[in-house]
This record gives sequence, structure tokens and C-alpha cells, in this order.
Amino acid sequence: MRVALFVTCLVDLFRPTVGFATVKLLEQAGCTVEVPRAQTCCGQPAYNSGDRADAKAIALQVFDAFAGYDHVVAPSGSCAGMIRQHYPELFAGDPVNLQRAQELAGRTWELTSFLVDVCGTRTVSAQWDREVTYHDACSGLRELGVKLQPRQLLASVAGLRLRELPGAEICCGFGGTFCIKYPDISDKMVTDKETDIVATGAEAVLAGDLGCLLNMAGKLYRQGRCVEVRHVAEVLAGMTEEARPIGAAR
Amino acid sequence: MGGAEEVSEARERILAGIRSSLNRGRLDPETEAELRARVAAHRRNLVPARATTLDHQERVELFVTMAEEVQATVTRVTSLAAVPEAVARYLAAENLPAELVMAPDPSLDAIPWETRPLLRIRRGRAEAEDKVSFTPCHAAIAETGTLLLVSGPQTPTTLNFLPDTHIVVVRGRQVVATYEDGLDRLRAAGASEALPRVINFITGPSRTADIEQRIELGAHGPRRLHIVLVEDGQATRSV
Amino acid sequence: MLATSRTFVANARAGLANDNLQHALGLARTGFPLRRRLAIERLPEFEALRETGRSIKDHTLEHLDFYLELYESRVVASGGKVHWARTPQEACAAVLQVCRSVGAKIVTKGKSMIAEEVGLNEFLERHGITPVETDLGEYIIQLRHEPPSHIIAPAIHLIKEQVAETFRAEHRSLDPDRSLAEPRQMCDEARAMLRPRFLAADVGITGANFHVAETGSSIIVTNEGNGDLTQTLPRVHIVMTSIEKLVPTLEDAATLLRLLARSATGQEFSSYTTISTGPRRPGDLDGPEQYHVVLLDNGRSELIGTEFQDMLRCIRCSACINHCPVYAAVGGHAYGWVYPGPMGAVLTPILIGIEEAGHLPNASTFCGRCESVCPVKIPLPKMMRHWREREYAKKLSPPVYRTGLSLWAWVARRPALYHALAEIASRVLGWAGRDRGRFRSLPLATGWTAVRDMPAPEGRSFHSLWAERRK
Repeated sequence: MRVALFVTCLVDLFRPTVGFATVKLLEQAGCTVEVPRAQTCCGQPAYNSGDRADAKAIALQVFDAFAGYDHVVAPSGSCAGMIRQHYPELFAGDPVNLQRAQELAGRTWELTSFLVDVCGTRTVSAQWDREVTYHDACSGLRELGVKLQPRQLLASVAGLRLRELPGAEICCGFGGTFCIKYPDISDKMVTDKETDIVATGAEAVLAGDLGCLLNMAGKLYRQGRCVEVRHVAEVLAGMTEEARPIGAAR
Repeated sequence: MGGAEEVSEARERILAGIRSSLNRGRLDPETEAELRARVAAHRRNLVPARATTLDHQERVELFVTMAEEVQATVTRVTSLAAVPEAVARYLAAENLPAELVMAPDPSLDAIPWETRPLLRIRRGRAEAEDKVSFTPCHAAIAETGTLLLVSGPQTPTTLNFLPDTHIVVVRGRQVVATYEDGLDRLRAAGASEALPRVINFITGPSRTADIEQRIELGAHGPRRLHIVLVEDGQATRSV
Repeated sequence: MLATSRTFVANARAGLANDNLQHALGLARTGFPLRRRLAIERLPEFEALRETGRSIKDHTLEHLDFYLELYESRVVASGGKVHWARTPQEACAAVLQVCRSVGAKIVTKGKSMIAEEVGLNEFLERHGITPVETDLGEYIIQLRHEPPSHIIAPAIHLIKEQVAETFRAEHRSLDPDRSLAEPRQMCDEARAMLRPRFLAADVGITGANFHVAETGSSIIVTNEGNGDLTQTLPRVHIVMTSIEKLVPTLEDAATLLRLLARSATGQEFSSYTTISTGPRRPGDLDGPEQYHVVLLDNGRSELIGTEFQDMLRCIRCSACINHCPVYAAVGGHAYGWVYPGPMGAVLTPILIGIEEAGHLPNASTFCGRCESVCPVKIPLPKMMRHWREREYAKKLSPPVYRTGLSLWAWVARRPALYHALAEIASRVLGWAGRDRGRFRSLPLATGWTAVRDMPAPEGRSFHSLWAERRK
């Protein structure tokens, strides 16, 4: 299968490791992976700010960049959700582009969902000796139904023990522009999340979206907590030796 | 406020506004007829299987279980003749005076209250001083342990709400599976004109959780709902 | 009710700093979702019923004019009267006219959000009529001169000590040394204080959860019994309601009732679900002599056929509010008006204007939890986004965000430039944070770094590394 990687702007800027982990996992699953150069962003910041015009313009760019691939995979529920759920909504009144949006939506996936639901992957060959807890990023959970897939794959990581996070499905308070526009409220939400994470006693917290991870890592460090924060892709791809945890010192 | 002219203007404007939003004028007669037919048919929507797959006795058991779950109390007797003693015992156990106000409903006439002469009974609506009421019900709904009571000259509504303790006598044959079954019994009982003024679905005693989410019984309505279930084996009837 | 939605940010800040509120919210935040989940687990058909509920409401809205006319004819046939009110002013005037016609001095009230919406209490007081709230939560906040902070649990923002303090201050005829340590005692006290008011009331005003076109009935769903005492004891019963609460038949009502209590409090059914049809009948020993329905539009008819139509399906269960992490953080008063939480974020701009309520649809992460629990499947985040689109078109959002966004979008449409800038940014920030791995403070990101560290980028952009590694 010819798969195109949708890098996501946060992965591109903050943590390429996640991108490389994604490529590794896809190749392990038997895919040929390419990274279209003409991609930048999925357009969600514009879309959620009410700027449909810019969101559409970016979406058209995405249509072009990702044309012709069997599948498009993103290590992010929110970007994959934008493409799958919201691109068709963006072009609802525009039959030609609606068709393109639906066509692309039908072959765009969040990473763990792609591995489990499309490739049929059940195990990975990684090892990571840790007590781990998992945060369910909202878009992946509610727009794409990503819940069991990361857990199924993590269960196959040698040495990894998963403790469910109470309130795993409660928003961490990132919300894109929300954390900038309503910082007090965002802080309360991420503080609650941090409290829940620490209460599990887990050594590490994982999630499938870098926005959530930057948010949670930032709070854990500010509170002086020693919890490792990583993207689930890095762990599944066995790349935990190669990259320090998010926000960690050298 | 104003005369009929102002009233009808608001009415006409609101209805016109709705039609304009729907991009049409009044519905055509065929569509109206279809809608009227839909209303007249009042078909059931999806009804949960919870109580419908049970036989009558199982429904009775479910009714009791669900009623007790919401803090109604239940005494089970096997004949109407046993009701006065059951009521007298209940009042004594709850340290309540042996008096009650009872619905003047003919369905209660056959209860032999004379077997408990110390029980003071008045028939009528409830007044502010009444502590205990005794009423029949129209149906008992198994799916959630809910009593269906209707208002009428012989079943005044105040009996259900003013006194601190409300005792309801339920006949086994009155137990039905679902709300829809209860409503059907009501329709069959003769609501070809308007419905009774009030249909009360009562599920357990009065309660509130308005202070710190802590559930307290007896907010304004009765704090005790006691059900005397008479299982005298009489066949289920549609009325 | 005077709106303070404009000052949402300050309101929210006050809510976050309010220890009593935070304690109270902590109780609600876990309690409601748990109880709802337990109730739903016991009803396998719940998901299917959500779909049925949605279609009943949609069908009714598509034919609302027909059903309203049918409803009115049945109300009249049963001896009642319908007062159509386009605006809050017309609604209040209708209530006043009825009250004056019977010389009413005291009016008891069951909980009604429509009454809040039209500011009925203040209006009646200005006209010399005393409204007495009887729902325990509403009674408490009436004594405190506060607005409700939740649509079914109006006093949810208070801890019991605050309620006790209020009762001590307001119930001056009682022994000042009495104990009010427990909700039980306060509940008994409210019961005793309100009973005489129920009996003395000339007019009783309730809301309604549903109206049934088939029979001309109104339905209230309560637990306390105050609604029933309010509508049974006085000579006159007035129902304050709005046009979208109609359903076609009793069977349709039964379906929605199965969704309502479970979604609201996690109960199988409320203690009292009452279907009322007209005034007392000949021979009745009790019941009101008059039955009036004040049917409010207040802009709802204009929503039909628009992108906000789905909001008219709302059955006011509060599930969205109970599951919203923003509400759980700041409480209901932050929203500044009658309707808080996600449903308030959509409805408030409709009713009081987006200029006043602009913050509400913006103060959301679009986590989607609200939509996932809505019993009638209202796409709440989508409608909040529609408000953001309208604000964007009207240039209502702050210029710094609009400029920043436009700049971002401009660059994002030029991949070569974007990649160059991304590489520069990741190198600069990566280098600056290479040892510590994170920033304690970052210019231009002080909102973030005021309360959390910012992890440093790894130092190269993915695209640059990919280009290198694939050579």
C-alpha cells in the first residue's frame, strides 16, 4: 500500500521523532511511505476560528498534495478528524470539492486506527519497561472512535504495564487556540489532568496527539512531577532510546 | 394585556414566522390529513424490552424491585380483606397516628375497614393537616416501579402530594409492563374526550438533591410512599 | 435577567478562585456522569432511543405550525387558554393580566427556565405581586438574590454551609441556635417554611418539559413535588413555556421521558412526572379553576430552517452541562445569563445577541463530550463553530487573533515558505532549549508559560530531516 504521511504542524516543528516513528510503524506494517512536500497544516486553526475561507484554501492544498495515495495517515486524531469529519462539512455546498473531500476522508486515518483497523496489526515488536497511563485525546476518541486500538497495540509492548487513567476521556484543556484565549480555564483543566495522572502512580503518560502531550508535559514539569511524556507512536516503534521524553532535559 | 385582536396577532405572526422559516405556507390538506392520522394512530415508538418480555408474575416482581429501589416500601397481601391490617401495622411501625384521608373512589369500597375500628378514616381531598393519605391507582408500571394515578371527582390529586405519607393500594391485575401500556389502559377507560385533568406518574417518594447533591426524601411531597400490593389472583383485565 | 456574559473572562476567573464553588463543582463533576452512565447501562435500547428522540423532535419542528394549532385546539377543548407571546414583554404581560384578573397577591412558582428568560420574577415584583420560588434550589437562590447556575440544579454552586447561612439570615422567626449542619435539616426547614406559601398562593406558575399536541397537555418532570403543589392548590395554574417543547402524541412523550431523567440525573424516572390537561373538571374536589399556557417564541421560530435549528431539539436535560469540562471548571454563573454550559453557549447568543454573548461559543475546546451525551443528538460544537464563523464575518474577534490567524493561513498556503520558516523556528527554539528541554517563559507565549513549561522543539523540522535522510 502506498501511504502518504500527514506530518502535522506540531510534529514538524516540535517533535520529528513522532513522524519517524510513524514511518517506521507503517513500513513495519508493509506500507511504502512517502511524505508529500506540499503539505503544511490541515487548516483546523482557521476552521475552528470561524475562518472558513482560509480553511477551504488549505483543504484544497491538502487535496492536491495527497492525491493518488492509497491512504493518508496522521499521528494525530485531531488532524485526521479534521480531514475525515470536517473537510466534507467545509465543502457541503460545493459538489465538486465535496466529492474530493469525501474521497480523501475515506482514505485518511489516525495512526493507531490505521494499524489496527486497516492493516490488521495486532502486535508490535517494541520493548519498554514502564508503568504507563494513557490519555484519550478528544478528537481521536469522539470523531474517530480511537479508544481500543492504542491499548491493543500497547498491550503487545514487552515490559509495558498499562494503568487506566481515571477521567482518561476528559479534555486536557489544550483545545488549540482555547489554551491561549482562555488560559485560566485551560490551566484548571490541565491541572486536573495532571492530578489524575500523578494519582495513577504511573511512570509515563502517553497519548496520540502532540497538542495534548505538550500541554500535559508542560504542566507536569511546572508542578515538578517526574512523569515521562511521550507520543504513543514512539513507544510502539521502539524509539524510546533515541529521543528524550517530551520536555526532558538532556 | 389587551383584547383578542392583540392575542391573535401574536399567534398569527408566530405561525407565519414558522411557515416562512420552513419556506412554505400552510400545509396542504393531504399533508394535514396524514399528520392528523399519525396523531390519531398514536403509534408506539421503540419500547424497551425490559418488562415486555416478562410474564405477568415476573412483571409484578419487577415492579416491586424497582419501586423499592427508589425507596417506596411495599407490603404484599393476598386479599383486599388483609388491607386494613396491613395499613394499621404500617402506621404503627412508622409511629404515625392511626388516621388517614382516603380517596372517595368506589374501587376502595370493598376494603373492610370495619375490621380495624381504631383506624380513623375520612374520605375526600387532602387538607393541610392530613398526615396520611390512602388512594387507589390506575396502573402500576413495572419498567420503573412507577404508579399511574389519575385525577377525578373520586381521586383528588391533593391526596398524592399534601400528606407526609401516601399509601397506595395496587391490585395485581393493575401491574403492566410499560408506560404505553398504562396509557392504553387510560385511553380504554374512556378518555374519548379530554384526558383527566392530571395524570401522575409517581416513582418513589418526594426527594431533592439540591444541597451538595445529597439525596433527601420528603422535599415538598410525601416523604413516605407505601404500596400495599394485593395479589388476589384476579385475572388481568383491560380496565 | 440582566446578562453579564460580556464579562465571561472575569466571571470565569472569579469562579476559578471561589473555593466554595470549586468544592461544589467537584461533587457534581464526577457524580452526574457516573449516575448517567449507570442508568444507561441498564437500558440497552438507550442509543436507539436517542435516534428516535431526535426524529420525533425533527418531525415536530418540520410541522410545528400544524402541531401548535392542534395543541391549542385541544387546550381550549379541555377548558384551558393559550396566550401566544412573541417576546419576553408579551409573555410577562400575559402573566400579569391573568394574575390581575384574579387579584393575585402571592404566586408560587415551580422551576421554569422560560420564566428566568423573560425576567418574570422581577417583572411581577415591580407590579406588586410576590413570586415565591418553591423548588428547593430556586428557593435558596431567591433568598440569596442570585441567578441559577444550572438548569436543573439551580443552587449547585453552593456548599451546605452557605445554604445554612442563608437560612439563618432569612428565616428569622426560627430559633437562631438550631442546628443546620445537614441537608436533612435544611430540607425539612424549607418544607416547613414553604408549605404555608403553597396553601396561600392565588396563582401557581410552572414551567413545562413537554407539551402534547394530541391532548393539549403539559408535562412537568420533577422530584420534589413542589411543581405539583404549585399547580394543584391555587385557583389558577399558568404554564410558562416555549414553542419548541411540543411533541405530537403521548407515546412520543413517553419516548422522550425515557431519555430525560436518565440523561439528567441518572434516575430511571423522576419521582413525579405529571401530565396536565386543562382546569378542574366538574365534580373535581381539587385542582385549579383556570389553566393558562403562555407560549413564548422569542426568536425560536426564526431558527427553523437555519444552521441552528437542531438546538430546538433540546429537552433541557443538562447532560451537556454535566459533562462539560469548561463548566466543571468555572461554574454556571460565569456564562452570565440563564443558560450555562454547552447548550447555553449555543442558545445565549441566539437570545441575547452574539455581541453580548460572544465569549460563550469561544470558551470551548470542542472536546465533543456534550454532543456525545446529548439525548437528542444536537451537534453542539458544530453550532458553536457557526457562531465563531458569524463573529469572524462580523470582525467581532480581537484583532490580534484575526491578524495572527491570517498570517498563519497565508504562510500555510505557501509550503516552501512555510517549511523554511518551520526549519528556522525549530532550530532557534530547539537550540535555545537544548539543555533544559523546555522553557519556563517564552515571549509571545506568556499565556502558556505563566502556568506551564513549554517543551522545546527537537531542533530540526521533520521535513528538513526527511529531505536529508531520503537523499
